[in-house]
Amino acid sequence: MSSTGEKFLVGIFDDEDILLHGVEGIREKGVKIHEVYTPFPVHGLDEVLGYKRSRLPIAAFLFGLTGTSLALTMQIWMLGFDWPMIIGGKNFVSLPPFIPVTFELTVLLSALGMVATFFIVSDMKPYKTPRTYDIRSTDDKHVMAIDLAANKLSKDEIGQILKANGASEVNEKNF
Amino acid sequence: MQATSSVRESLITGGKTVRDVSEDISRHVENKPNRLWWIAFSISLVLFGFGFYCLAALLWEGIGLWGLNKTVGWAWDITNFVWWVGIGHAGTLISAILLLFRQKWRMSINRAAEAMTIFAVICAATFPLAHMGRLWLGFYWALPLPNTWGSLWANFNSPLLWDVFAISTYFTVSLVFWYIGLIPDFAVIRDRATRMGNKTRATIYNALSFGWDGAAKTWMRYESVALILAGLSTPLVLSVHTIVSFDFATSVVPGWHTTIFPPYFVAGAIFSGFAMVLTLLIVTRKVFKLEDYITIYHIELMNIVIIITGSIVGIAYITEFFVAWYGMVPAEFYAFYNRATGPYWWAYWSMMTCNVISPQLFWFKKIRTNIVATFVLSIIVNIGMWFERFVIIVTSIHRDYLPSSWSMFYPTVYDLGEYIFTFGLFFTAFFLFAKFFPVINMAEVKSIIKSSSEKKH
Repeated sequence: MSSTGEKFLVGIFDDEDILLHGVEGIREKGVKIHEVYTPFPVHGLDEVLGYKRSRLPIAAFLFGLTGTSLALTMQIWMLGFDWPMIIGGKNFVSLPPFIPVTFELTVLLSALGMVATFFIVSDMKPYKTPRTYDIRSTDDKHVMAIDLAANKLSKDEIGQILKANGASEVNEKNF
Repeated sequence: MQATSSVRESLITGGKTVRDVSEDISRHVENKPNRLWWIAFSISLVLFGFGFYCLAALLWEGIGLWGLNKTVGWAWDITNFVWWVGIGHAGTLISAILLLFRQKWRMSINRAAEAMTIFAVICAATFPLAHMGRLWLGFYWALPLPNTWGSLWANFNSPLLWDVFAISTYFTVSLVFWYIGLIPDFAVIRDRATRMGNKTRATIYNALSFGWDGAAKTWMRYESVALILAGLSTPLVLSVHTIVSFDFATSVVPGWHTTIFPPYFVAGAIFSGFAMVLTLLIVTRKVFKLEDYITIYHIELMNIVIIITGSIVGIAYITEFFVAWYGMVPAEFYAFYNRATGPYWWAYWSMMTCNVISPQLFWFKKIRTNIVATFVLSIIVNIGMWFERFVIIVTSIHRDYLPSSWSMFYPTVYDLGEYIFTFGLFFTAFFLFAKFFPVINMAEVKSIIKSSSEKKH
């Protein structure tokens, strides 16, 4: 891979509770954190990093609504207008028998649409090679990446702040 | 930070650290499979091969090869279909409903249980597909597709069509849910492969992991997706067996025309599903040495679910009988009287013994924490649940309104063959899963190590 000239300082944390306090402490000192990479979901990490709540639930709702209307339109149009058939002398269009298919398509579109949105917003695809700040971040270490270009403090100052806030190692990583 | 109760038993034993989790679970993907795996896999392949021959013959000759007749138009095919769909339900219950209830003990077992769901639904789907006879035309009969018969569409008033939508949605959503859970774990195997210098494996598992990096923002979205998928799967799983029960309940056949079918079928599904999860996991934990992750405590909790659902099923059997008597409809009453005392009495009483009496043994702590007893009882429960479906389906229709149409159902080798086919398919798929995929959700187990693991003293 060609070099992009980006310089990062990488702090390694061994424990999720130290990480949570560390993130708070580091942000208080005015250091901008690029991102934290963890082997498992750490509850409360999004809050201390100041991330806004995900809007994926809204996407799921809208996709679900699409499924509901699509399913109802399809069934009413097919059996009510395009080719009405007498089935047991019942009404051509009656809602109760249409509910199961409507429900299933609501769930189907909601789930698929939300997951597709998740992949797109998180830029996840099979042929993507992710940037590895420290390969242990999928094993047992919590890895904090700090973009030096985005911070006014010097490398040494940030390194000291990281150490003071519980980082067990501080490494440099250039891309 | 998590609150920990000192009363609860540890979910993970052996003083495991986060690193041990990666090591213990990934090892099975990285190492060559052992002899036991090869033996089991070969047996599954033989079953699959024999079953495939029977299925191919069936598609070539037509479903006349089955033992169905004029009176008994549904028998083993639909029995097996309902049985397999039911088995699938435990996976979704564990991964979705227990997630909503914040039950941490689901974490060691949800991966394998969801895999079981997916394979079980595939097995289930083969039966109605085969029963359509001319499978290649099935798409036009089962899906609302434009066709050459005018604008004749599928009949949305039919529960059989609801089934098509329910089962395919259930399969798709379960598959997506399972895969989303697998993504971070594929990344673990990718990074371990990179460190070991195995480039091929790293590339394959990177593609499988969709380039997962474990960023806090991605985890936040990921958890949101998992929660909503759980919220969607919960009514979905309840709807699937409800709709399967509509296949019977919306008919006017005595013995099928029953309003308690939906809850009764759902309870039965969870009952048989948990039994199958136990059967599979007791073997898996032994073969892969996962005793520290799937503990006796996990097995005990699953056995408690079996007592509860088994008792619900038992009450449903008794209620059906009571209503048949109390309703004073002679045909309805006869259907039930015939079930218990007619020519299929042995099937009925096998069902009663296996499903109602045997799980009550789990009231004894000694039995529900005993691995051998649990293994044996889990198989007995599934035999019982197969008989339940057979009893409901065959005994309700084999004595028609006219005694001149009374008949018996005798399975042929092709009935048996397709059942064997699904066993071969199920176990082949499960063994491949156990070899190439992490059988325990590493990311979730790692997240509870601190709060729920037994500490080294």
